[in-house]
Amino acid sequence: MVTILTDGETIEVPAGRVEGDRLWLSEAELENATGWSTKKEGLCRGDVCVPIPPGRERDFVRDGQVDVAAAWRHLGKPVVHSQDASVWVLGEAAAERASALQSLEAPNFTLPDRSGRMHSLSSYRGKKVMLVSWASW
Amino acid sequence: MWQTLYEELRDRNFTLIAVALDSRDGDALPWIEAANPTYPCLIDREHRVADLYGMVNVPEAVWIDERGRVVRPAEPAGAYEGFRRMDRVKREMPVDAARITAEAKATYVNAVRDWVLNGMASEHVFDAERARAHVRVPTDDVARAHVAFRLGQELIRRGQTEEGDRWLRDASQLHPDSWCMWRQRAGVNELGLASQPDFWARVDALGARKYYAPVDMKGMPQ
Repeated sequence: MVTILTDGETIEVPAGRVEGDRLWLSEAELENATGWSTKKEGLCRGDVCVPIPPGRERDFVRDGQVDVAAAWRHLGKPVVHSQDASVWVLGEAAAERASALQSLEAPNFTLPDRSGRMHSLSSYRGKKVMLVSWASW
Repeated sequence: MWQTLYEELRDRNFTLIAVALDSRDGDALPWIEAANPTYPCLIDREHRVADLYGMVNVPEAVWIDERGRVVRPAEPAGAYEGFRRMDRVKREMPVDAARITAEAKATYVNAVRDWVLNGMASEHVFDAERARAHVRVPTDDVARAHVAFRLGQELIRRGQTEEGDRWLRDASQLHPDSWCMWRQRAGVNELGLASQPDFWARVDALGARKYYAPVDMKGMPQ
């Protein structure tokens, strides 16, 4: 069992196969976990495709499985995993965060309150919102 | 801290959302119970909001208008450096530092009120160009810090404390401007505040640099 933390989600992949810094997933698991898939154009999500350099296909796709860690690094996004490789974090690149911030569209998030009830920023659309951080420390 | 302001303005198509950047299970709960706020108080163990909005400290706030547009990016919310001149034994602030701290808070609260009542006509609302200029653009190291931090928090949650702590340390080193990351990792003293000698050493090492980022707001003490 491998746990993958993506941007805002936690996904358990029962059949994830670890090989050093590689994490092999089936095409379906890759798409379910990340929204990315492999096509003849390369790595694709929605309208965006990032080509895989010719001759390096087997670094990414082998026996019907995709190395999501290699794919992630190829996309320029940060990826880390625990020593025992049971937990992987697939992050977003600085450039993506930067362009989201520069768009001035408030990114949505969903978080629990103290009673465990979930709140999404988007459900407050139509009101002015002051979003403020605090901490007990 | 914000309850009075929220109660005053909640019928003006306004809400306040507090996000606790706390990770240890239950840390934030007693504080929320004590304040008994009527606005949403959310728990963000992975510091996701800090990641999405570029927050590096508390309290920092973002103003979002009715259409979901950011009209003031992340910035300190009525905080002031006064605590740096505190008597660290008696835990008392000099009178003038306490006065300026109160002034910063009042200036900020008045600005929020002005925005809520006057909308885009408020002088405290940034136009798009000015808002973009105030965005904190993350570096590659900051993006790497956030994945390291998430991994560390997840490992600590699973009881793999030693390795988790190493990831939090890495995160803090990759993103030294983030007091949130540093303080989350720092031990807590008997008051429940991360104000042990390490904290003061790190504050003192700032020298002439600010603990709270400067705020571009008319009347705000700098």
